[in-house]
Amino acid sequence: MTSSVTEIRRALAAGEFSSVEITQDYLARIAQHNPALNCFISVTDDIALAQARAADAALARGKAGALTGVPLAHKDLFCTDGVKTSCGSRILDNFIAPYDATVIENFRRDGAVMLGKTNMDEFAMGSSNENSWYGSVANPWNTAHVPGGSSGGSAAAVAAGLAPGATGTDTGGSIRQPAALCGVTGIKPTYGRVSRYGMIAYGSSLDQGGPFARSAEDCALLLQTMSGFDRRDSTSAEQAVPDYCGALGKGIEGLKIGLPKEYFAEGLDDSIATVIETAVAELRKLGAEIKDISLPNTSLSIPTYYVIAMAECSSNLSRFDGVRFGYRCDNPVDLEDLYKRSRGEGFGAEVKRRIMIGTYALSAGYYDAYYLKAQQLRRMIKQDFQQAFDSVDLILGPTTPETAFKLGAKTDDPVSMYLQDIYTISLNLAGLPGMSLPAGFIDGLPVGMQLIGNYFDEAVLLNAAHSYQQVSDWHLQTPEAFK
Amino acid sequence: MTLKATDVRNIAHLARLHIDAADIDQYAADLSSILDLVDQMNQVDSSGVEPLSNPLDATQRLRDDEVTETDERDKFQQIAPDVDQGFYRVPKVIE
Repeated sequence: MTSSVTEIRRALAAGEFSSVEITQDYLARIAQHNPALNCFISVTDDIALAQARAADAALARGKAGALTGVPLAHKDLFCTDGVKTSCGSRILDNFIAPYDATVIENFRRDGAVMLGKTNMDEFAMGSSNENSWYGSVANPWNTAHVPGGSSGGSAAAVAAGLAPGATGTDTGGSIRQPAALCGVTGIKPTYGRVSRYGMIAYGSSLDQGGPFARSAEDCALLLQTMSGFDRRDSTSAEQAVPDYCGALGKGIEGLKIGLPKEYFAEGLDDSIATVIETAVAELRKLGAEIKDISLPNTSLSIPTYYVIAMAECSSNLSRFDGVRFGYRCDNPVDLEDLYKRSRGEGFGAEVKRRIMIGTYALSAGYYDAYYLKAQQLRRMIKQDFQQAFDSVDLILGPTTPETAFKLGAKTDDPVSMYLQDIYTISLNLAGLPGMSLPAGFIDGLPVGMQLIGNYFDEAVLLNAAHSYQQVSDWHLQTPEAFK
Repeated sequence: MTLKATDVRNIAHLARLHIDAADIDQYAADLSSILDLVDQMNQVDSSGVEPLSNPLDATQRLRDDEVTETDERDKFQQIAPDVDQGFYRVPKVIE
């Protein structure tokens, strides 16, 4: 099944099938394939069918919203009122969210149907989805390989046709990297474009929600619903949201695209470089003007990111204390024992590593050497991009240095896992929008091409990606086992 | 940067995390290798650069001081580990 969001909307409007029918189809596919892939932590059959019936009634009355009747999956990091929201962690295994995230509210407003909540690295900390309390997710293209992370369940679900679209979040690449490794399209918007209200926080100055889908056109539809100012998010952008679908189809004649030499340097798999160069040649044929540029501080983005993300996470995750919600240890002898064992037993190893590094970096005597230094480098990394955007409209490169690696290949070495994020994390530090789209295959595994835009230029990104997808069919490929 | 077992115990205490004694050495090795990665920051002179905390250099948005939330204690306490008469229960703090 290769239905797109666009196609499902059209067919629902034309009355070719009902929302209940298409929702039942997806629920049946989830029941059939989820045991092998482990994309979903919760499948919300009853909610999905109730929402689908309501959608069919709205369609019959001619009251359809932008996504009425379209089934979607949500990363289990978005709070969903009355539905378990685990964030991939044992500490929230019993957490029934008491309210909806703004993103979830927006999808309800526009009539979408929720199929379930997808698997993820615990608290969005990981690049392989192997850090989940609920087990790892398999890559639909080769189930011995990882789907990427942290939004691995959402990416794999879309790739395997268990949902036509899904939500994710991206703190250092957690939408773009799994999109690349699973051969789907995903966009991380500008910081502040999508509300963080009800998104369980990891690194608050870096976190951004965004969609996964089979095409840029579908991503435009989903991002339209997700975007907009929200007074409940203190860093939400008070900016009008353009018509993303209306921006598609303009072509890219004269668009200036920069290739940062640091993104094609040592560390990049040669065969990925070849795939990206082939895609660049296609874009040139479409009229894009290709320029060589430099982002000199690229190599600093990994250490800078990890200090900032870990410092922010150590602060954000202090709320999980075993007192008001979530996991509590058995028989605590005193309050300190309650805190320490509830957190020690509730969090997995990677989360504990990051909390401890963040605690250390923020502790007395170390603040200037780590956190302040990282914030200075953060500005230098942002300035690299600002200079580049003086001469180009878009920046292009690979999304990841290699294709999906094997399950277990990097679990013993946290630092080797962090290096997977080399091309994605600098955007989060700078707050810029970026997307990954399929550009080819190596040994049966997808390769992602990353496009980076200037602030609030999501429409430019989506239009460029859409233009490429009009002359390529990588995004239409489906893994054999899930056709 | 090499952290010793005592450093790990101290950091874990500050973070209110119980770490099994058998795992301390592994954490010391992992955290040390992460700090080695982080030390690459010192390759660059950033003196005089203004720190960046919000990527868009945004400042805190203010609002009028008025009530925006309603009391939902009962709903919130339904998911609490231990409550009694509207209070959260924890082990005795004061003797």
